[in-house]
Amino acid sequence: MAAATAALHALAQDGAALDKDGAAHNKDGAHASLNTRLALHQDGGSALNLFPRRIALIGHALPALHPDWLRLGKWAWRVHMAAMAGGVSGRTDPFPGPAPVPRAGVKRFLRDSGEKAPRAVAPRLRWHLKNLGIREKSAAEKAARWEPLLPEEPGFLEAGPGQDSARIPQSEIAQNVDINSATKRFELRLEQFGPYRLDYSRNGRQLLLGGRRGHVAALDWAQRRLLSEFSVGEPVRDIRWLHSEALLAVAQRRYLHVYDSQGLEIHVLPEFQGILHLEFLPWHFLLAAVSDRGVLRFLDVSEGRAVSSLRLRCGRAAAMAQSPASANVLLGHANGVVSMWTPSTEEPVLRLLAHRGSVRGLAADAAGRLLATSGLDRKIRIFDLRNLGVLQEWGVPAGAALLDFSQRGLLAAACGDLLQIYPKLGSVSPPRPFLCHRLPGPARGLRFCPFEDVLGAGHGRGFSSVLVPGAGEPNFDALENNPYRSRRQRQEWEVKALLEKIPAELLTPDPALLGRVDGAALEQKRSDRIQRLGFDPDSQPRFRPRRRLKGRDPERRRRQQRHQSLRAQIQKSLEQKEKEKNEEEPPRKKRKILQKSGKKMGEKSQKSMKKKGENSKKMGEKMGEKLQKSRKKMGENPQKSMKKKGENPQKMGEKMGENPQKSMKKKGENPQKMGEKMGEKTPKNQEKGEGNAPKKGKKLPKNGQKTGKKPQGGGRGQKGGAGPKLGGGTPKLGGAPPKKGALDRFKK
Amino acid sequence: MRVKVLSRNPDDYVRETKLDLQRVPRNYDPVLHPFEVAREYVRALNATKLERVFAKPFLSSLDGHRDGVNCMAKHPKSLSTVLSGACDGEVKIWNLTKRQCIRTIQAHEGFVRGMCARFCGTSFFTVGDDKTVKQWKMESPEYGEEEEPIHTILGKTVYTGIDHHWKEPVFATCGHQVDIWDEQRTSPKCSLTWGFDSISCVKFNPIETYLLGSCASDRNIVLYDMRKSTPLKKVILNMRTNTLCWNPMEAFIFTAANEDYNLYTFDMRFLESPVMVHMDHVSAVLDVDYSPTGKEFVSASFDKSIRIFPVDKGHSREVYHTKRMQHVITVKWTSDNKYILCGSDEMNIRLWKANASEKLGVLAPREKAAMNYNQKLKEKFQFHPQIRRIARHRHLPKSIYCQIKEQRIMREARRRKEMNRRKHSKPGSVPFVPERKKHIVAVVK
Repeated sequence: MAAATAALHALAQDGAALDKDGAAHNKDGAHASLNTRLALHQDGGSALNLFPRRIALIGHALPALHPDWLRLGKWAWRVHMAAMAGGVSGRTDPFPGPAPVPRAGVKRFLRDSGEKAPRAVAPRLRWHLKNLGIREKSAAEKAARWEPLLPEEPGFLEAGPGQDSARIPQSEIAQNVDINSATKRFELRLEQFGPYRLDYSRNGRQLLLGGRRGHVAALDWAQRRLLSEFSVGEPVRDIRWLHSEALLAVAQRRYLHVYDSQGLEIHVLPEFQGILHLEFLPWHFLLAAVSDRGVLRFLDVSEGRAVSSLRLRCGRAAAMAQSPASANVLLGHANGVVSMWTPSTEEPVLRLLAHRGSVRGLAADAAGRLLATSGLDRKIRIFDLRNLGVLQEWGVPAGAALLDFSQRGLLAAACGDLLQIYPKLGSVSPPRPFLCHRLPGPARGLRFCPFEDVLGAGHGRGFSSVLVPGAGEPNFDALENNPYRSRRQRQEWEVKALLEKIPAELLTPDPALLGRVDGAALEQKRSDRIQRLGFDPDSQPRFRPRRRLKGRDPERRRRQQRHQSLRAQIQKSLEQKEKEKNEEEPPRKKRKILQKSGKKMGEKSQKSMKKKGENSKKMGEKMGEKLQKSRKKMGENPQKSMKKKGENPQKMGEKMGENPQKSMKKKGENPQKMGEKMGEKTPKNQEKGEGNAPKKGKKLPKNGQKTGKKPQGGGRGQKGGAGPKLGGGTPKLGGAPPKKGALDRFKK
Repeated sequence: MRVKVLSRNPDDYVRETKLDLQRVPRNYDPVLHPFEVAREYVRALNATKLERVFAKPFLSSLDGHRDGVNCMAKHPKSLSTVLSGACDGEVKIWNLTKRQCIRTIQAHEGFVRGMCARFCGTSFFTVGDDKTVKQWKMESPEYGEEEEPIHTILGKTVYTGIDHHWKEPVFATCGHQVDIWDEQRTSPKCSLTWGFDSISCVKFNPIETYLLGSCASDRNIVLYDMRKSTPLKKVILNMRTNTLCWNPMEAFIFTAANEDYNLYTFDMRFLESPVMVHMDHVSAVLDVDYSPTGKEFVSASFDKSIRIFPVDKGHSREVYHTKRMQHVITVKWTSDNKYILCGSDEMNIRLWKANASEKLGVLAPREKAAMNYNQKLKEKFQFHPQIRRIARHRHLPKSIYCQIKEQRIMREARRRKEMNRRKHSKPGSVPFVPERKKHIVAVVK
């Protein structure tokens, strides 16, 4: 924070100077980021835009500005503003309040919780969660405000008008950059020891080279200092730095060996035989190694313990990479499948058919969103790792053998001896390489250097370091990876890193899983508890307000109102029904038909009739007719169909002839069965007195029969209390007759 | 062509001289900080483990009494002074910084039953088995002067407890009845009774200073208003309450230490059911005292341990015991919220840290920041099973451990029986009685 405020003050002074000069505008500020502009502003003051100017003006107008207003927040700011409004000097701030933060910037720092939590019941918890949300948002805002104040800005390469940036040679780039950067482009001629694999240390200072014919070299490449160089006397298949630049792992022809940076052999791991590829997961201190027998092994380098060994069952692994955001190991197989592995699961967490033919190169980006693959089908595909869809694919004439993502999302592909560097993948499809470079021989190792604009490539004739502007992250975090750390700092960092080593069991496809609520387990626990106790201890009894005997009782008033409105409704419906009764008294005959059809139709049509009341009678008639018709048809149909088909008419006839009867029977039975099931809702069925009519039917109240009302709440067979809920019917069998008002609804 | 390549000036990132601090540039981009949840979890786990490693709460033992320590009193003005009374009638005044006894008085014949300091801190009162109330000067007598009380009141019955009003020169004693005394007079200003039984403890409410609470051996807790001549109301519990203590921050809340191994926190306005039942002790609870923040209290028990309970939690967060500590009779939480004092049967007063793993002394700013960060982490991940297991783990003496197990089995059996009864009887005839209501017999007004 101190740095931020210091920068603010510096800006303020600059701004003050600028105000006197008058506003100068940045003409070519279209592509320069906010960062750039700020820095320009700091340097010479040739650019001026809204954001720094705002800060500058505030700083200028209010010399008594509290240096920590950013930290103290809105409230302190308001107090400060209130004090300044009438101001001692009488001057007011033309831009009151804190400077606005770009929303997209804030969003980048907000943690996506994945799922929305249900609303908390307990008020205190709700308050707590709300506060948490506010604090998270303010922290994100602070981080977003911090961002323009970062000291370094990323590199870039822009071709001149009519120039193709892909044709710009390295020599020209080196001529146009400062001397220090130009020295970062170099070639190491090591022609005897065959194609080289390489690895950069995590802070980008140290380089490790492993030649096919047994040459291993560790060097501080920025200072051109050789740390150690030795020959292992065996073919070297892959080589990797471990957590710091003090240890390195070399996959030799037979075993895996661990050396220190001086070339002293520390371990030989005979259980790691015939290793083809290595990957190191720095946060977990795991070294992943895949062997030519198709076994993926994980070694915990802090304990020297093999964590797990997994059979791939997918054939030989042709390529290996890791996803830096989730620390999952990605393997590309000879059958075109890409699989993703964690040490704790026997099966791959992900399997993806990426190419026809073998996979040759793999790379995942730093944010864990993109996966780039290249295969023998001479294509490069970009997958979205979140939904596994193909985002982009394009063909490369020679096919890419190696891929790597830089920290800022540039993609490098080695196609034979040609290096192609694609810009950050956007909407342009297929992307065009913005930089190309031809190596002396076909590449066998390809890595971007962290925190530098440098790409390293190992090939048959040595090693090439290539300048790739805009590749590296300009601002490092010294608590994570510090390229300028001293020996003591490294030691301290190592202790801290070991203390917070993430156990291998916590390695999951989703790194944020640990921070989520396991809803299923919680629910299970709760239900177990309820079962154990015999009741739900968390359920609160419904709040019932105390009945007030004196004064205004809102509850009583509400009850009265409800009662009155109900009464009015009932009266209205009664009147209406009286009216209808007077208008048309349905003839006796129709009613009989209705009853018959009702029987035929069975349960459902009756129900619907009752619901619909008057209108449903007509419907009932129609339905009855329809049913009969359909039955006739059914009876006829088999014959017709037989005639048509003309094959085995008798058999068919037997079969089909039975069918309608069966179906008739079924339908005939249906009302009875249904009657049983539905708790004897149809009194008419019971009136018929069929053999299997249930006993309870006899106990039914008379008015239920007469009115054709459904006496609900079937009695003891059903679970108690179901009856009264169903509506204003008789709550108990043989109980008092239901209220008049309630019955009126069912009268017809 | 325009080109720019990253080129840092090392001078911006490396300290100038060896005397400077190392420069630590930061970048809060989430991409540069992967696995934040997992790493925080591991940090929280480490912090929890370290907390248990550094949990060494016992500071010292103040020995000098020649009989069991029966009562203690805090000095209202001086943090370093504490008073204690023993079963042989001896009163000692201790200096906590030196951990020494600075004064000894033979105050009573027989037990010193109760003691309290005057709100101004110039004198203190003791009551004893010899039916007297004595007022003493806080300062030790001059050279040649005799150790004598300022006042002595001879009563008719034995007094079992005493407490002083927080603002006025009035104090209350208890015995057969609750007496309220004016300091100037030798007879009580007023006597309050409700039934005939011996009252073991009386306490003034520190906020609503006219209110008093007392507990008697006929299992009830009685509340009084000093301005009225009759008691306010009482609640009868299943078993006898030994002591009670008012919450110094919330006027209505008090906690009662009961014989049935539990503590009950009551809201004075709704005595029908306690706000919280605190259960963890495996023997009668003998004393209770609130922390000055009113968030926690400490309880002393006959099971030779003291426990610290959060006010709103049913179980203790901490238990302290030593091999030599016997039945703990009295306990006090110091006014700076940092220490706990307990007096026990085997004649010792022990000094404990209120927060077992707290580092004493002045902390450097970075230490403080690290401590706060760890605290927050522990809080954030407290519900993760591994962390909770480590944070909750306490070593207990075998007797307590076995008794806890036994009681758990008993509770489980009782619950099972009730569940079976409920299952085999008419629905609703065996009602669910919440734990809070189980222990209350009646409330009388």
